[in-house]
Amino acid sequence: MEALLEPVSQFFGPAWPVVWTLAKIVAIIAPLMLGVAYLTLAERKVIGYMQVRIGPNRVGPKGLLQPIADGMKLLFKEIIVPSGASKGLFILGPILAIAPSLAAWSVVPFNEGMVLANVNAGLLLLLAITSMEVYGVIIAGWASNSKYPFLGSMRAAAQMVSYEVAMGFALICVLLISSSLNLSDIVHSQGQGRFHEMGLSFLSWNWLPLLPMFIVFLISGIAETNRAPFDVVEGESEVVAGHMVEYSGMAFALFFLAEYANMFLVSVMTAVLFMGGWLSPIGAIPDGFHWLALKTAFFLFVFLWVRATFPRFRYDHIMRLGWKVFIPITLVWVIVVAVWMMSPLSIWK
Amino acid sequence: MDFKTLVFYILSAIMVFAALRVITSRNPVHAALFLVLSFVTAGGIWLLLAAEFLAIVLVMVYVGAVMVLFLFVVMMLDINLDRLREGFWSYLPVGALIGILLVVEMALVLGGRYFGLEAMPEPPAVQAGYSNTRELGRLLYTDYVYPFELASLLLLVAMVVAVSLTLRKRKGLRQVNPSDQVAVKRGDRVELVSMPAEKE
Amino acid sequence: MNFVVPDFYPAAAEILVAVMALVIMLASTFARRVASDLAYGLTQLTLVFAALVSVLVSPNLLAAVAAVISELPLFGVRLAEVLMSLAEGYAANEVVATFSGMFIGDMLGGLLKVFSLLAVAIALLYGRGYLADRKIDRPEYYLLSLLMSLGMMVMISANHMLSLYMGLEMMSLSLYGMVAFDRESPRATEAAMKYFVLGALASGLLLYGMSMIYGATGSLELSGIAQSIYHQAANKTVLVFGLVFIVAGVAFKLGVVPFHMWVPDVYQGAPTAVTLMISSAPKLAAFAMAMRLLVYGLFELADQWQTMLMFLSVLSIVLGNLAAIAQSNIKRMLAYSGISHMGFVLLGLLAGVVDGDRNFALNAYSSAMFYAVSYVIMSLASFGMVILLSRAGFEAETIDDFKGLNKRNSWFAALMMIVMFSMAGIPFFIGFFAKLSVLQAVVAAGYVWLAVVAVLMSVIGAFYYLRVVKVMYFEEPVDSTPIRAQGEVRFLLSANGLAIAVLGLLPQGLMSLCAYALLASL
Repeated sequence: MEALLEPVSQFFGPAWPVVWTLAKIVAIIAPLMLGVAYLTLAERKVIGYMQVRIGPNRVGPKGLLQPIADGMKLLFKEIIVPSGASKGLFILGPILAIAPSLAAWSVVPFNEGMVLANVNAGLLLLLAITSMEVYGVIIAGWASNSKYPFLGSMRAAAQMVSYEVAMGFALICVLLISSSLNLSDIVHSQGQGRFHEMGLSFLSWNWLPLLPMFIVFLISGIAETNRAPFDVVEGESEVVAGHMVEYSGMAFALFFLAEYANMFLVSVMTAVLFMGGWLSPIGAIPDGFHWLALKTAFFLFVFLWVRATFPRFRYDHIMRLGWKVFIPITLVWVIVVAVWMMSPLSIWK
Repeated sequence: MDFKTLVFYILSAIMVFAALRVITSRNPVHAALFLVLSFVTAGGIWLLLAAEFLAIVLVMVYVGAVMVLFLFVVMMLDINLDRLREGFWSYLPVGALIGILLVVEMALVLGGRYFGLEAMPEPPAVQAGYSNTRELGRLLYTDYVYPFELASLLLLVAMVVAVSLTLRKRKGLRQVNPSDQVAVKRGDRVELVSMPAEKE
Repeated sequence: MNFVVPDFYPAAAEILVAVMALVIMLASTFARRVASDLAYGLTQLTLVFAALVSVLVSPNLLAAVAAVISELPLFGVRLAEVLMSLAEGYAANEVVATFSGMFIGDMLGGLLKVFSLLAVAIALLYGRGYLADRKIDRPEYYLLSLLMSLGMMVMISANHMLSLYMGLEMMSLSLYGMVAFDRESPRATEAAMKYFVLGALASGLLLYGMSMIYGATGSLELSGIAQSIYHQAANKTVLVFGLVFIVAGVAFKLGVVPFHMWVPDVYQGAPTAVTLMISSAPKLAAFAMAMRLLVYGLFELADQWQTMLMFLSVLSIVLGNLAAIAQSNIKRMLAYSGISHMGFVLLGLLAGVVDGDRNFALNAYSSAMFYAVSYVIMSLASFGMVILLSRAGFEAETIDDFKGLNKRNSWFAALMMIVMFSMAGIPFFIGFFAKLSVLQAVVAAGYVWLAVVAVLMSVIGAFYYLRVVKVMYFEEPVDSTPIRAQGEVRFLLSANGLAIAVLGLLPQGLMSLCAYALLASL
C-alpha cells in the first residue's frame, strides 16, 4: 500500500495530506450515499412485505433501479423559493440538515485503526456534532414563512433537545465503564472480560450490563432522527410534512438524505457503543469490518420494523416519555453503574 | 504565518463579524443565528488552544441546547423592532460616552504592558497522552469540589424558580392523564350486576 | 495527585442546610395537601439547628458567647458553665480552612451565620400569615429561603473568589425568585425584573473586577491575593482597576449610592414578606462579602478603597436621608432609610487604616459589624410592623395607614415608636449606640468632617422617623379594623421590639461579641 501510494504523494507534494484526507472522506461518503439510496428501497420493500404487499418492483430487475430513478426525478425538479421566505436561510436549512450527519462519520471507527480522525474526545465530538442537527429543521421551518413548517420546527426543537439529554446520559454510562472518550478504545474495552475468555464475546459487550441504557439509547436515537413512531415533526396527518412542506427538488432530497444518513449514523453508533463494533460475537471467528456492517444492517432493519409496527405517538406523550421516563431512568442508572464500578462486584477491573 | 495562525485569523474574523451582526441585524432570529455562528467559531478558537473539552462543551451546551431553546422563544415572539429602536438616538450620547470610557480604560490597563506575552509566564508543555478532559474532571472532583457542588445547587435554585414562576394548572383543559389511563381497572369501567332473568 | 479528602466538620452547618433543602424539596413534592406547612416547619427547624451547629463548629464562638452570658446578672455564670460543659468535645477552637482553602471557618463567619440564620427564621415567621393571606404560601418559597440562607452562609465563610461568587449568586437568584413570587402582581414582577437585570450587571462588574485581580496576582484565594500584594508581586495599576469594579459590585449588593437604584423599587414592589427578607439577612451577608474581599483579600490596598467607600458612604447618608423625607409610602421610606444605614456601615469600614497605621482596624470593623447587626434587628421589627398591619386584600403601605395606631393598639404603637426612635438614633436605643460606635471610629481615624456630616444628616433624618410616631399618636385612625395576628408573631415581634430597647440599655454584650469575633478572626 505504502509503496503504491509513494509516487502519488510525491506528485502532490505538500498538498498530499489534504488530498489524502479528501480521498478518505470520499471513500466514506460515497458508499454511505449509495447505502442511503438503497436504504430507501429497502424501507419500501420491508414495509411492503410486512403489510403483505410487494413494494416497488417495476424499475429495473426486481425494482433495483428505483432509487436511481427517484434521485434523477428529484435532481431535475425546480427548487421553488416561496416569495415570503427568508431566502438565504431557506437555502441554508437543508445544508445544515445534512452537513452534521455526514461530518459525524469522521470519528466512527470501521475496523482496527480504520478511522478518519482518531481523536481522544471522539464521543464528545460526536455528541456536539449531532446536537447541531436540529438547526437544519428549525431554520427550514422558520425560513419557509409558513404555518405548518413552523409548527413542525417548533416540535423538532423541543423533541430533539429533550431526547438528547437521555442519550447523553446513556453515553455517560458507556464512557464510565470504558473510561475513555475514544470510540476505538470503547470498542476495545468491550472485547475483554470473563465471557470473552470463554469465547462468548457477544455476552461481554456493553449491551448486557447496560441493557436499560441500550434500550433508551436506541429509542432516543429513533426520536432524534424524527422517525416513526416519533415523526410528529413531519406527521403527514397533522402538519402535512412539517419543515419540508415548502421544499422541492434537491432541497427536499437533502432533507431526505439527511434523515436516512442519520439512521445509518445512529445504527453504527449503537453497534459501536453497545454491540462491540467490528468485534466478532464468537471468539473463534476473526473480527472484521463485515461484523460492523452486519450489526448496522440489523439496527437499520429495527428502524424499519418499528416504523411498520407502531402508530405515531401523540406530541405530549413524546415529551412525557422523554422527560418523565427516560431521564429519570438514565439518571438512576448512571449512579447504579458508578456504584457498581466502585463495589467489589465490579466486572470492569 | 503557519497554518494554525491562518486558521486563527479566519476564525476570529468570522467571529468578530458574527458578533457585530448579532447586535446590528434587524431580525432577531438572524441575530440569534449569528450568535450561534460566533459560538461555533469561538469553539474553534478554543480547539486551536488545545482546550478541546471546553470547545466541544461550548458547542454541545450553548449551540446544541441553550440557543435552540433561545431560538424557540425568539421565533414565537413577535418583536416589533421599531418600538425597540425608539429613543435610540436620545440614549446614544450617554451610552456611547460610557462605552468609549470603558474601552479607553481597558485599553490603558490591558494595552500590552501588563498582560502581554512578556508579563505572563508560558504554560508548561504537555506530555504526550495528556487528556484535557481527564485533567478537568480530576480537578472538578477534587480541588474544586466545593464550588462544583455549589454550582449544582445554584442550578437547582434556577430550576425551582423557573418552574414555580411559570407552571400553572389551567382549568377546563380537556386532557387525559396517561398514567391514569394505564392504571384503569376493569372495575372502574364496567360493573357486572347479577340479576335474575326477566320475562317479557 | 496528592489530594486529601477535605475536612467537612467546619462546614457542618452548610451541609446540614443543603441536605435539608433537598429533603424538603422531595418531601413537599409528595406531601401535596400539607406541603407548605411541612416545608415551613422543616425550614424553621433547619434554620435553628443550623444556627446551633454554626455556634458549635465556629472556633471560639461558643466560648465568647459563654463569656458574654456570664456577665449577665442572676444565673449568668451558672448558665455559661452549663453551656460550656454541654458542648465539651464539640466546640472547635482554631481557625480552619478546608475544601482546598475555599472555605474558612472562623469566629467572624460563625457569628454572622448565626445572626443571618436567625434573621431568616424570624422573617419567615413574620411573613407566613402575609403569604397565606395572598395565597402565595407555596412550599417553593420556603425552599428558596433555605437555599438563600445557604448562599449567605457560603458567602460569609468564603475564602476564595469562586466560592464567594457562588454564594452570592445563590443568594441573589433565590431572592429574585422570591420577589417575583406573587406572579399575579405586575408590580412585583416589574420589581423582580429590575432587581434581576441590575443584579446581573453588578455580578458582571464584580466578576470583571475579580478577573482583573486574578490577572494581577495569579490567585483566586483571598489569602493568596493578600500575600501576593504584600510581596508586591502584583501590578498596582491592574489591581486598582480591578478594585474599582469589586467595590462597585459590593456597593450594589449593600445598596449604597450610586448603586442604589434598585433598592426603593424592589422594596416597594416586592411582597412585604419578601421585602422583610431582603432588608435583613442579606445585608449581613453583603457586609461579610465586603469584609472578606476588602479586608481579607485587599487589605494592602486599604488607602484606595477607603477613599472610594468615603464617597459612597457620604452620598448614601445624604441622599438616603433627604429622599426618605419625600416618601409617603412607608416601604419606600424604609428603603431610603436602609440606604443611609448602609452608608453608616461603610463609615465603619473606611476608618480601619489611617496613614498606614492599622491599630484602628479592630475597633472600626467591629463597630461596622455591630451597626450591621443592629440594623438587621431594627429592620426586622419595622417591616414586621408593616406586615402586622396588612391583612388579606389590604397592604399597609402608606404612612397614613399608621394613623392613630395608638388608638387601635397602643402596645404595637409603642413598639413601632421604639423602632423609629432607634432608627433615628435617639438615645438610649440600640440604633444610638450603633451610630455612636461608628462615629467614634470615624473620629478616631481623624475624619471629623465626615462625622459632622453624618450627624447632621441623621438629625435631618430623624424628621421622617418622628413623623411616623406623630402620625401614630396624634392623628385619628382612618381604619379601625382590629389588628389580628397569630400568637407567635405577636410574641416574637414584641420580643424583637423590646430587644431593641434592652440592647439599647445594655449594648455591651453584643458589642464585645462583635469585637471578639474580629479579634479572633483578623
